Amino acid sequence: MKINTMAEMMAAGETPEVLFWVGCAGSFDQRAQKITKAFAAILDKVGMKFAILGKEEACTGDPARRAGNEFLFQMMAYQNIQVLNGYGIKKIVTTCPHCFNTLKNEYPELGGAYEVLHHTTLLQQLIDEGKIKLKEGGAFKGKKISYHDSCYLGRANDIYEAPRKILEALDAELVEMKRCKSNGLCCGAGGAQMFKEDEPGNKRINIERADEALETGAGFIAAACPFCNTMITDGVKNREKENEVAVLDIAEMIAASMQ
Amino acid sequence: MHYIPQIGFLILAATGSFLFAKKTGEIRRNILLGKDEDLSNDPGKRWNNLILLALGQKKMFKNPLVAILHLVVYAGFIIINVEVLEIVLDGISGTHRLFLPVLGGVYTWLINFFEFLAATVILVCIIFLIRRNIIQLKRFISKDLNGWPRSDANYILLTEIVLMSLFLCMNAADQVLQGRGAEHYHTTGAFFFSDLLAPLFNGFSDGALVGIERTAWWLHIIGIFAFLNYLPYSKHLHIMLAFPNAYYARLEPQGKIKNMPAVQNEVRYAMQPELAPADAPPPARFGAKDIFDLSWKNLLDAYSCTECGRCTASCPANLTGKLLSPRKIMMATRDRLEDVGRNINLHKTFKDDGKSLLHNYISVEELRACTTCNACVEACPVSIAPLDIIMELRRSLIMEESNAPQEWNGTFSNIENNFAPWKFAPDERDKWAEEMAS
Repeated sequence: MKINTMAEMMAAGETPEVLFWVGCAGSFDQRAQKITKAFAAILDKVGMKFAILGKEEACTGDPARRAGNEFLFQMMAYQNIQVLNGYGIKKIVTTCPHCFNTLKNEYPELGGAYEVLHHTTLLQQLIDEGKIKLKEGGAFKGKKISYHDSCYLGRANDIYEAPRKILEALDAELVEMKRCKSNGLCCGAGGAQMFKEDEPGNKRINIERADEALETGAGFIAAACPFCNTMITDGVKNREKENEVAVLDIAEMIAASMQ
Repeated sequence: MHYIPQIGFLILAATGSFLFAKKTGEIRRNILLGKDEDLSNDPGKRWNNLILLALGQKKMFKNPLVAILHLVVYAGFIIINVEVLEIVLDGISGTHRLFLPVLGGVYTWLINFFEFLAATVILVCIIFLIRRNIIQLKRFISKDLNGWPRSDANYILLTEIVLMSLFLCMNAADQVLQGRGAEHYHTTGAFFFSDLLAPLFNGFSDGALVGIERTAWWLHIIGIFAFLNYLPYSKHLHIMLAFPNAYYARLEPQGKIKNMPAVQNEVRYAMQPELAPADAPPPARFGAKDIFDLSWKNLLDAYSCTECGRCTASCPANLTGKLLSPRKIMMATRDRLEDVGRNINLHKTFKDDGKSLLHNYISVEELRACTTCNACVEACPVSIAPLDIIMELRRSLIMEESNAPQEWNGTFSNIENNFAPWKFAPDERDKWAEEMAS
């Protein structure tokens, strides 16, 4: 499958329907690359014309801004907005809630206004429109799945329903953790915590969250953020449950269940 | 001689109101020490928030049972204060139960309703005292509350019980006196709750009963004025500030962090020097080191905090044993603000005391533990955003002090040089795409 960059599309005189903002985790992290590939495969299968920025994409600046380094954030934002505006981008979809939040909420006042979707919202739309056709009796039919709300999707942007509706479309049995939706517990990665050691404490946040997810007895933990995915996977491994419980991105679940 | 109680009452009311107004003025002055921030847009949405969040206590209903108990105390306490109107008018004009002849049967019904509320307020305050002191819910035994804050919470509950009891005793003595046909004590019809207390008072002489009734009346109204003046020093100030705080709450998605136009322009001028004005003023301080650098809304937040600890109970860092407690962030901000206020009272303007909110009141370790998950913001029943303060202090740490953990410095340099927080070659950003093509 050929993934086009914006530069290639431009050169061919074409315009994509949507720009797929891959994000740093999705681009470089081996686990997250699988999510990226699954999502790209879905877009390809439904025939949606999309492009990536490729080597022209750069960190949105989310971790820098949240660590307190506003200068670095503004530099990254400036560069990215130059690139995006240069290509006349109108619509963006991303598999990372942090990129989603920054592009959607923080770039507009810096001169970068786009329609920004998180991939769970787009996937739900595609299911509703009948463009994504799911197998009868797919791999997740009747299976217990617990969905972990990403802070930057849930509380930060009020997206609670789209990921859940997708899981329902998979005929899965959705089991909620005690702390869910607006009360959801963070995985521990946000605010640039992903990139440093924990402060002194008595437990790691990702283990606290993984314990809660394991308590539901679900065989699958669904995530919609590459960072949450890493954190919860680590937590599950820490409890030596990685053979019984799989942590998957919603895009991966859809990709595995499409006709 | 006849006018002495009235004069006494007027002095009490005037002193109570004056002191309250003075302290309120100081709090207003302190809040305005913060930086300007325009929060006047979209009044429709803001009124909606005020009605839902402050008046309707929407967030409290995340736990319906506690919400109903809290609503009883709140509504009871507010509605009973209608009775205070009569007390004040009686106090000024030297009358007794001024509204009785005007309202007739409605009066009996109203006082019965107030007595019902008083009884339920007493009951709920007892339940709340039990929750705090006997059941010891985690958020109430936290070390955040050691010392004055813990006593403050108990004083408030005890005061409410005392005030409500005085109201019931006053009515009970009044009822017995009415039964005996004592002068001035007009027949009001039966009051259910104070009638239950009447047997306690049957044995007293008329003189003693009048004494009890008057004492209860005076203590009740003195108590109310005293409580009014206690509010500004207490977490209980939230009964007033919850309203403006809900009105001025941020309307943007919680995930959006406040922009810094000064830095935005710095970067723009660096990239496009032709845009830089010749006389561009050097940017002021970055982020917040002290309360003067925070927005007035952050400071209003600090005064609105009722130290309930819902933020801290939902904070992932705190739950896993880290030092960070969003409640403590708010309490420390208020403490610093009060210290600055006292400093200003003493010296007319603020005299540098060598302290700052950052470091002296809030430590680096606390700030470093935050995941910016917004659980604290979401949990707060009175629309406080502890994350705003944490972010501003973090900005000061990084941009003023270059104070970052070693790993973060590495992350920053990766983002700057490799355009990703990890040390990967930027050329490999689309390697996954090449893999898909082959």
